[in-house]
Amino acid sequence: MRGGAGPGRATGTGARGRDGRGGAMMRFMLLFSRQGKLRLQKWCVAAGERERRKMVRELMQVVLARKPKMCSFLEWRDLKVVYKRYASLYFCCAIEGPDNELLTLELIHRYVELLDKYFGSVCELDIIFNFEKAYFILDEFLMGGEIQDTSKKSVLKAIEQADLLQEEDESPRSVLEEMGLA
Amino acid sequence: MPAVSKGDGMRGLAVFISDIRNCKSKEAEIKRINKELANIRSKFKGDKALDGYSKKKYVCKLLFIFLLGHDIDFGHMEAVNLLSSNRYTEKQIGYLFISVLVNSNSELIRLINNAIKNDLASRNPIFMGLALHCIANVGSREMAEAFAGEIPKILVAGDTMDSVKQSAALCLLRLYRTSPDLVPMGDWTSRVVHLLNDQHLGVVTAATSLITTLAQKNPEEFKTSVSLAVSRLSRIVTSASTDLQDYTYYFVPAPWLSVKLLRLLQCYPPPEDPAVRGRLTECLETILNKAQEPPKSKKVQHSNAKNAVLFEAISLIIHHDSEPNLLVRACNQLGQFLQHRETNLRYLALESMCTLASSEFSHEAVKTHIETVINALKTERDVSVRQRAVDLLYAMCDRSNAQQIVAEMLNYLETADYSIREEIVLKVAILAEKYAVDYTWYVDTILNLIRIAGDYVSEEVWYRVIQIVINRDDVQGYAAKTVFEALQAPACHENLVKVGGYILGEFGNLIAGDPRSSPLIQFNLLHSKFHLCSVPTRALLLSTYIKFVNLFPEIKTTIQDVLRSDSQLKNADVELQQRAVEYLRLSTIASTDILATVLEEMPPFPERESSILAKLKKKKGPSTVTDLEEIKKERSSDMNGSAEPTPVNASNVSTPSPSADLLGLGAVPLTNSAPAPSSSGSLLVDVFSDSSSVAAPLAPGSEDNFASSSDLASSEVVSEEPADAVHDADELIHKFICKNNGVLFENQLLQIGLKSEFRQNLGRMFIFYGNKTSTQFLNFTPTVICSDELQSSLNLQTKPVDPIVDGGAQVQQVVNIECISDFMDAPILNIQFRYGGTLQNLSVKLPITLNKFFQPTEMSSQDFFQRWKQLSSPKQEVQNIFKAKHPMDTEITKAKIIGFGSALLEEVDPNPANFVGAGIIHTKTIQIGCLLRLEPNLQAQCSVLFQMYRLTLRTSKEAVSQRLCELLSEQF
Repeated sequence: MRGGAGPGRATGTGARGRDGRGGAMMRFMLLFSRQGKLRLQKWCVAAGERERRKMVRELMQVVLARKPKMCSFLEWRDLKVVYKRYASLYFCCAIEGPDNELLTLELIHRYVELLDKYFGSVCELDIIFNFEKAYFILDEFLMGGEIQDTSKKSVLKAIEQADLLQEEDESPRSVLEEMGLA
Repeated sequence: MPAVSKGDGMRGLAVFISDIRNCKSKEAEIKRINKELANIRSKFKGDKALDGYSKKKYVCKLLFIFLLGHDIDFGHMEAVNLLSSNRYTEKQIGYLFISVLVNSNSELIRLINNAIKNDLASRNPIFMGLALHCIANVGSREMAEAFAGEIPKILVAGDTMDSVKQSAALCLLRLYRTSPDLVPMGDWTSRVVHLLNDQHLGVVTAATSLITTLAQKNPEEFKTSVSLAVSRLSRIVTSASTDLQDYTYYFVPAPWLSVKLLRLLQCYPPPEDPAVRGRLTECLETILNKAQEPPKSKKVQHSNAKNAVLFEAISLIIHHDSEPNLLVRACNQLGQFLQHRETNLRYLALESMCTLASSEFSHEAVKTHIETVINALKTERDVSVRQRAVDLLYAMCDRSNAQQIVAEMLNYLETADYSIREEIVLKVAILAEKYAVDYTWYVDTILNLIRIAGDYVSEEVWYRVIQIVINRDDVQGYAAKTVFEALQAPACHENLVKVGGYILGEFGNLIAGDPRSSPLIQFNLLHSKFHLCSVPTRALLLSTYIKFVNLFPEIKTTIQDVLRSDSQLKNADVELQQRAVEYLRLSTIASTDILATVLEEMPPFPERESSILAKLKKKKGPSTVTDLEEIKKERSSDMNGSAEPTPVNASNVSTPSPSADLLGLGAVPLTNSAPAPSSSGSLLVDVFSDSSSVAAPLAPGSEDNFASSSDLASSEVVSEEPADAVHDADELIHKFICKNNGVLFENQLLQIGLKSEFRQNLGRMFIFYGNKTSTQFLNFTPTVICSDELQSSLNLQTKPVDPIVDGGAQVQQVVNIECISDFMDAPILNIQFRYGGTLQNLSVKLPITLNKFFQPTEMSSQDFFQRWKQLSSPKQEVQNIFKAKHPMDTEITKAKIIGFGSALLEEVDPNPANFVGAGIIHTKTIQIGCLLRLEPNLQAQCSVLFQMYRLTLRTSKEAVSQRLCELLSEQF
């Protein structure tokens, strides 16, 4: 899997970035639709805007070309890509070589669960219309490419707390105000 | 529009998004966006102050537009204003906008930092969380400068809320990754380690990530984390599936934390304390046992999480590489996964087994799965899985199974995906060469390779087969016969024509006795392919023809006729035309003796690292491909060594295998070596002074191979002349690697002497220029030249010298040297002067090399090996195996290592024949610790003609390891 052993070195396995075995992190996460529309992007390392767009385009092409029964992992550039499709959406994480592929798959699943819990049976439209919420939920869960809290309860609690604060904020606003008629 | 709109509905935003979605074309979308941008701009510029809600809404719209892929050039200020809002949602949107859109050099950064500072000080955990997230998301150096001091305090303060602690730990980790120099280690570090004991599992999870990264760079400071991590892991592994409540994921207790703890342990060698070690072994055994238990849930999430922990545990077992029992169990477990119905598991098992294959303890166990892996190669439907199978076959290959594996790979190559063909070709070529016991098998394999996948056979591969055939006289006849047969095929790949042309040109005579392959038949066969080939191949064939003239005088006229034909003599391609003209002339004028000298059989090639291996390394990145044999040998040393596992073996070079010979690690095979081609070259120049053409025999693999022949000839002439040429200065430099004083250069006019001294990153060099003639040198100007690259790492100051140097006099020049950072090249000393009316110009390299800034470090055996282990990443290590140039003398070797600048550590290496050194390279910017080990191969003295050394350098910087290894290798 990863990790050169002891004093020896890696064998001829694929593209492993293996310095920093201990601190492998996620580089970025993308959500995109089957039609190749990007719905969410989370970058955990600095990259220029142009470089990002290029990477997104390239990676979407690679992933969308894959067939259903194929393996969820692939090597791409010097990274490992872990992806999973949920209905019309692809969730796709680029991780560093030594990182744990299976757990990244479950990280994706945990995120989907959180979205599902929050929106109530989440669909692509929820993420389009409430994109900022999708980002907030991800932020509660992931930070700097590392998982912050794996407990579904604590993440949801944090988000609900925030919503509560929000409703307090919003309550005085009337419907007319909302529509800009007041 | 969907009904879902939880929390605050920003209605205007939803309408806008809806509009965009309804746009039928890209143009319509852009139009709608521009309209919206204009609207927002006017709102922001308007007289009426916007309330927080509207600001939030517009900022959110801008964000949406940006995320659609459009550029946004305003709104930043409004977003920054939102940061100081007291309303949570406004603040949140502000932070989101900043995180996504503000780049680090924005002028706003001061304002943003201010807002963050306020929120961090607010003691409101939610605001603190937002601020920390923003720091981590932007993660710039400026952020690190502003907050790297503050965050550790938040992290370890007693009254910080758990959720804030988690954010603080990960935020600090992010800053440490971007700017480690800005995160000061201090009192807080020991308190962070104790977070591993925290009640709150979320805090432990976040802290473990931080500690792991810190421990990699500062293993000493975080050593105590090992026992804490083991006990935490042990508690998790033995807990019932419900104990950890919400941290249990599909019946797997805290999988994320378990994996992180296992990864933290991979920063360290096996624990020394037997109790801790025992407990860890128990944990690992429990994890392996659990893999055999029936699943607690049918959900894939359950098995994924469970197996994630299992794979990480196996990683740790491989990393420790010290418990044969665990290694074999791991291998058996992976063996089960090889046949699992889940593609993902098969993929990971193949990948993980690759590393197991390199452990001495499990190599044999891995080999038992060969049939399954071969089957995977044939049946897997996903190319990335097949790729892993190829990797594993390559990793498990040794002498016992090489023939089978190579055959299977060749088989697979016929149908392999185009994307991985070249890599397979390289791998087959390497394995065939490495494990060739029988060279006929090797030749067959490579020719098969060309037949099956000729397009993917790179030049390195066919150069290599020719090099080997030339160097092994026992295979030459067979090779000639085989290529002759292969060329009979009506459509053969051009690479085969190249190999065939070259080999028949050299060794066609060995099969010419057989009437079925008489000289004329050989020639006609080759020439029948000529017109279908590209220019370089035709050029090569022309060279073959002139060699035939020498080998087979009886077909000289046939060949001359061909050369004389218009299609050759008047060929539009200059190279071909020139060859035809010159070869024709050569065949007409030269006597048989001269021809025989010029076209003598190629001398054996100097052995060096296989160019194919180099290519594979280049293709896959230097850190990923290493010599398997080497690793296996290293492992065997561990087993034979003492309880303290020694990093590299002492005796590993002592078992030279025939495979090593081929890869250039062993001795040059014995061949009837011909005189150096250069002599024939200069002879030729004498004979044909008018045309100054045809140079030495054309060698495959050399750059000059197809270069125009006049270039070759002219280079012969130039070499006589000292002026305008940099003297093969590496030679000169090598004299000064281990000493500081001596004569750098001397010719009939001038002598250059050196005296130098170095301390830490500074040095001073005195250069003495001696005029050996009785005439004055005028305009004497020595200049020290640094390449652009070198200038940034080396600061040299010189004073000009007197432009007149009297006959017999000596002048002195001082160079002050400051090393800023590590460097590769040496500066060049260029000297110009007038002597008797002619301008003299010469350049030599100045021996200012990286090792001059070495300070020796004494250390105990234990310290040495601990550091050695810490520098175990492949990038930190560079190794070179080379032939001794001088007789092996222990005392001289010791003196050289000390002269090189490192300390010579006695009684450190378990093998007293080895030499071990340590030191620190001082540069102005960094200090680089270096460890070195030199292993003479004593046994080789009797078994092989040549004595070998193996030199290993480990430093924290790849380039430094590389450079020091190069420099020192030249000394023995």
